[in-house]
Amino acid sequence: MMAEKKSTKKAPSKKEDTKKAAPMKLEVKKQAAPAAKPKAAPAAAAGSTTKPGEARIGVFICHCGTNIAGSMDIEAVQEASKKIPNVAFVDNYKYMCSMPGQTVIHKAVKDQKLTGVVVAACTPRLHEPTFRTATKDAGLNPFRFEMANIRDQNSWVHMHDRVGSTDKAIDAIKIAVAKAALLEDLHPKSVPVEPTAMVVGAGVGGMQAALDLAAAGIKTYLIEKDMSIGGRMSQLDKTFPTLDCSQCILTPKMVDVGRSPNIELMTWSEVHEVEGYIGNFDVTIRKKARGVMTPAEAEAKGISGGGCNGCGDCENVCPVIKPNEFEVGMKPRKAIYVNHPQVVPLIYTIDFDSCVKCGLCVTACGPEKRAIDLEMKDEFVKVKVGTVILATGYDIFPIENKTEWGYKQYENVITSLEFERLICASGPTGGHLVRPSDGKTPMRVGFVLCAGSRDNTGNGKPYCSRFCCMYSLKHAHQIIEKIPGCVPYLFYMDIRSFGKMYEEFYYRIQDEGAKFIRGRVANILEDPKTKNLTIYTDDTLLNRPIAMDVDLVVLAAAIQPAADTNRTRKLFGVSCSMDGWLLEAHPKLNPCGTTTAGVFLAGVCQGPKDIPDTVASAEGAASAASIPIHMGEVELEPYFAMCIEEKCAGCGMCVNLCPYSALALIEKDGRTVMQVTEAKCKGCGTCGGFCPGGAIKMNHFTTPQIVAQIDAFLLGGEQ
Amino acid sequence: MSAPGNFEIPERGPGIWQPKIQGIVCNWCSYAGADLAGGGRIQYPPDIRIVRVMCTGRIDSLFVLKAFADGADGVLVSGCHFGDCHYLEGNYKAAKRMFMVKRLMKSIGLDDRRFRMTFVSASEGAKWGAVVTDVVNTVRELGPSPITEIRKELENK
Repeated sequence: MMAEKKSTKKAPSKKEDTKKAAPMKLEVKKQAAPAAKPKAAPAAAAGSTTKPGEARIGVFICHCGTNIAGSMDIEAVQEASKKIPNVAFVDNYKYMCSMPGQTVIHKAVKDQKLTGVVVAACTPRLHEPTFRTATKDAGLNPFRFEMANIRDQNSWVHMHDRVGSTDKAIDAIKIAVAKAALLEDLHPKSVPVEPTAMVVGAGVGGMQAALDLAAAGIKTYLIEKDMSIGGRMSQLDKTFPTLDCSQCILTPKMVDVGRSPNIELMTWSEVHEVEGYIGNFDVTIRKKARGVMTPAEAEAKGISGGGCNGCGDCENVCPVIKPNEFEVGMKPRKAIYVNHPQVVPLIYTIDFDSCVKCGLCVTACGPEKRAIDLEMKDEFVKVKVGTVILATGYDIFPIENKTEWGYKQYENVITSLEFERLICASGPTGGHLVRPSDGKTPMRVGFVLCAGSRDNTGNGKPYCSRFCCMYSLKHAHQIIEKIPGCVPYLFYMDIRSFGKMYEEFYYRIQDEGAKFIRGRVANILEDPKTKNLTIYTDDTLLNRPIAMDVDLVVLAAAIQPAADTNRTRKLFGVSCSMDGWLLEAHPKLNPCGTTTAGVFLAGVCQGPKDIPDTVASAEGAASAASIPIHMGEVELEPYFAMCIEEKCAGCGMCVNLCPYSALALIEKDGRTVMQVTEAKCKGCGTCGGFCPGGAIKMNHFTTPQIVAQIDAFLLGGEQ
Repeated sequence: MSAPGNFEIPERGPGIWQPKIQGIVCNWCSYAGADLAGGGRIQYPPDIRIVRVMCTGRIDSLFVLKAFADGADGVLVSGCHFGDCHYLEGNYKAAKRMFMVKRLMKSIGLDDRRFRMTFVSASEGAKWGAVVTDVVNTVRELGPSPITEIRKELENK
């Protein structure tokens, strides 16, 4: 108790210390604090930096229909706003972002000779560009605009607290006005855009994006971590609902990619490092040691007419046997191998993790081709690109985590991807669906849908993986077609057949004799002798428990972001949503964009999509990524750091803090001062937040502006 | 997994003390997360006022202290998760500084629970609601800032 009292008593003296300490740094703010006399002479002509006391701010309050007006007292907000220092004009309108709303701003700026505009409406992340343009059209510098967020962070989150939200809105406007009074004219810099693009991931989405960019005349680097392009789609047998052969429709695209003069294909490669910004990304690519040279690489090494021609002689002699990942481990491969016969580019690859370096392949390759180099090392290639598309795709959720379904415990429980390989004519069984335990043809096949999807237990994925219903219907069709008398049983929660011709396909499969049982599968048990399986569930339509004996179980496993997605996204500064899918700039209106300018998303890396949606999103991303390139230059937000040289002591602390190496110490007039390279500065302000002398000015987020915002809320003040 | 929900909002009304909480959040993660909370209509107490900066790295320790000196009952700094910073590492540098602020607060006799740094991503609307609710409840329990109280005492003398 005593101690507590003591500490409270101590506070005043210490607090004064803080107060003393603060003004050293914050003295600039003193001149500009809300104490300014707003009734002074009319504003200086727009275009110059306003002197403190001359600011004339217009406040425009938006009702957003009832979104804002329904939760707060607009009249009270308006009356309170009139009393805020520096406010010269206040108005409200039903929809400030509409044309009439913007006209209100336009007219007021002209008539009232405003020096700054505050719109109290939604969020700057939505309408800042709109109102900046309106401010500019009215004759002010667009950076003389400041937004007060009274919808997304107020009326929507305090819907039933009219008093609380009204008070909060008034404070938000005070904060915005305080900043607006100190805003300065800023001029965005234009930078040229490198006329090349990069696509990361060469599944069907990445390939489509690269083909579109190439067709638009843009040189495109297509980076793929696997040995071949094609991605997940090349592992599939048929596609729903048209039952096109997946490889048949995919391989022409793969060949086009391989042939396109505008696409520089880099397989067995990964993005290693990224620097720069929109228009000027410097990307370092790690070309993993492949052990085999392409004809071009051989040519470069002076082996004319050499390099891999895909003959496969090396594979025949290789003594190492490994499971083939492309066939989900159901087929063997050698240490030197290709995934499947249709790979693009047709170049063999050595798996150095399992290669014993016996050299048999080198001999088999022969002295003419000399394609194999067992001592090959990873290479790093640097390229400069203007825009980037991420198309990193997905992996299958490790469904063995759901132990109740027995995957990897019971031989005859397989995943849908394994089913695809087994039913595929080029697969390990030549297209004959067999039970892994005994090679017999199954006559009763159970399909477990939503295996790990729509799962709120914490051990699974809460989202719908979106294409499992449809491919399971397709699988049902395939076994009915291929194995006379075989009955598919689909255990489902809901059949989500939402696409074009999907519902019709569902009816067709029902008519063909597939059995549908609505209920989540509780568990699966194996008969140890026969290796047959019993599926236990509740038929929620008949309202009774079911135990169904089947020969084979296919789990329609959930999907999750591809293993390397997290690493790749961090290189490009892209956020992810809670489940790991890459975060789009806006879920509805900018699904291909990201918060990093110049980086776009295609396909499943943004969230589960079937093939048509993936291709459509890839074409969208390609179109978006080509815009800056065709424009030739982009404007960068002018939030650069600036050194206030007379205050800079040249200590160099900021130089080490800058993550972009944009700062350097230079000699100027016999003193050491810091200098900013504007092209490198991204405006984070980490230097400005630290500078012990307050010598760094962060444009648009200056110390006086931020301190004025804090003061406006906590100290208030009226005119 | 619990569905994003609403948070218990402490009773408000005339005569009930409302804390003044200054939030300083980064544009890319926490501000976006707070917007998402709005889109999801997640209800939380209205006692916080936000100042937006591009990155928590911009936040000078003095901003936090200025807020307390001005009479804030609590301060919340919120940014991206570690490794997710839009500017690579601004949040690490901010976090370092904020530890220093906490130590300073302790040494001047100001309860450091009045100040918090959190990490809320652009997809964590519900978490933003939970963070604000928790900060408000913590500050409520601590009561008005001693700085405000002392200032009142001095003014009365």
